Amino acid sequence: MTIQDIQNEIIEEFSILGDDRESTIFYIMELGDKLPEMPEADKTDEHIIKGCQSKVWLTAFEKENKLHYLADSNTDITKGLISLLIRVLSGKTPQEIINAELNFIDKIGMGNIIGSQRSNGLAAMIKQMKLYAIAYQAKINA
Amino acid sequence: MPLNIDHIRGLFPVLHQEVNGKPLIYFDNAATTQKPLAVIEALSDYYKKDNSNIHRGAHTLADRATRYYEATRGLIKTFINSKEEAEIIFTKGTTEGINLVAATFGRKFINEGDEIIISTLEHHSNIVPWQMLCEEKGAILKIIPINEAGELDMEAFDGLLSPRTKLVSVVHVSNALGTINPVEEIISKAHKVGAKVLLDGAQSTSHLEIDVQALDCDFLVFSAHKLYGPTGLGVLYGKREILDAMPPYQGGGEMIKEVTFEKTTFNELPFKFEAGTPNIGDVIAFGRALEFINDLGKKEIKAHEDDLLSYATEQLQAIKGFVPVGTAKDKVSVISFNINGMHPFDVGMMLDANGIAVRTGHHCTQPLMQRFGIEGTVRASFSVYNTKSEIDTLVASVSKIAKIKNK
Repeated sequence: MTIQDIQNEIIEEFSILGDDRESTIFYIMELGDKLPEMPEADKTDEHIIKGCQSKVWLTAFEKENKLHYLADSNTDITKGLISLLIRVLSGKTPQEIINAELNFIDKIGMGNIIGSQRSNGLAAMIKQMKLYAIAYQAKINA
Repeated sequence: MPLNIDHIRGLFPVLHQEVNGKPLIYFDNAATTQKPLAVIEALSDYYKKDNSNIHRGAHTLADRATRYYEATRGLIKTFINSKEEAEIIFTKGTTEGINLVAATFGRKFINEGDEIIISTLEHHSNIVPWQMLCEEKGAILKIIPINEAGELDMEAFDGLLSPRTKLVSVVHVSNALGTINPVEEIISKAHKVGAKVLLDGAQSTSHLEIDVQALDCDFLVFSAHKLYGPTGLGVLYGKREILDAMPPYQGGGEMIKEVTFEKTTFNELPFKFEAGTPNIGDVIAFGRALEFINDLGKKEIKAHEDDLLSYATEQLQAIKGFVPVGTAKDKVSVISFNINGMHPFDVGMMLDANGIAVRTGHHCTQPLMQRFGIEGTVRASFSVYNTKSEIDTLVASVSKIAKIKNK
């Protein structure tokens, strides 16, 4: 599936939840529960994403020219949010990640649900994920 | 006589709205209270009818604005029972009041090796200005510890006091936990060693009756916006003899008697500390907020809030996974808590989904959170316009949220 296919899938899932904010938040938290575990040893200060109010750790590794992410957070909702980003971007080539336009965030009305502080945090997560992709792309080009 | 809460709610336009499809339940009153219509209209009326720069104006509007502005000072004098209006200084808020005292009283009277005592319960605004002063002067900051309930360790306080103590600056009521501190005892003990006492009244002035003469505090600072008044306005009370001995804070208009390029003489109190055009409209509107409180009666307000506090505490405590933070015997209507296995941000967001506004995080009291070994809490704080039925909704929501991790 392409990045856009996955985004469309997420938009579809969230549309079923409708306008009920509570069920949407519960759903996001459930998604966080399913996030693959990040090794404790990776949860270091250098892996913390700056700009998030809650703690978010993010690392990336390359396998067969595809980039994979591992992440964790100390809050369940943030964990759910990053699990959505990982679902969309993990396992894609660095170039695909760099070019990705993450339109699902607006389409599911995430900004409205999570508020401005967490939206800034979400933007910081996306930026960090793209930075990893840029770094790996540079490595490939080198 | 018990208050007519339905009638009171009718005076607050903001309360009558839906948030996320649910009726708004505003439990973030320790952060700021809502404003009655009289305050909102006073602001608008001022700009519609009376706007003018105060003092020295030789025209009718300036005279009117000055009278209304000074009338609020008179209301505050009565509200805290100061000896005279000249002891009431308008500031931007509690934070500025503390910084003013640190920059004037502190700079002049606190020297190398002198000691300032604060407590573990302090808001950052009553920590950082003193740290800055201590750094500048080589003075020493001492901290009164607390017990598990979030009450000051008064024996430890006795041990901290010494002839070197120049100032004790403590919070009257903890913003994060709601603890009411035994300030009478603190003040009398501090005075015995010759120290002055500043009370941070940001949280206490809205809940407790305050009599600065009976308390005998040397300074009291508080904010209008936690007292149903406008934001960006606060009060510094100081005893005249201390304020007179203090150098001015900021230089500019209003605060001078005579300026030549060789020398400036300063105006008398309170103007000596009110440089520049003040926040006239908000001061006038704050008068209406004080009248609102006076009309209801502080005792009656507190009785209602205490009733809400015990009603909420009893029910929340029964919820599996509910962990109260701060269980002092003497508390105002603030409940700080955590849910086992959940981050306070997440709890706050889920409550918001139910229309319930609470505060989450460290409440600008990081050292206090470190004392409890937690990152933050969820804080529900009740005001005069809150109801038991709103608390029922809070309890039902917290109960549902707690079940996620506490089955």
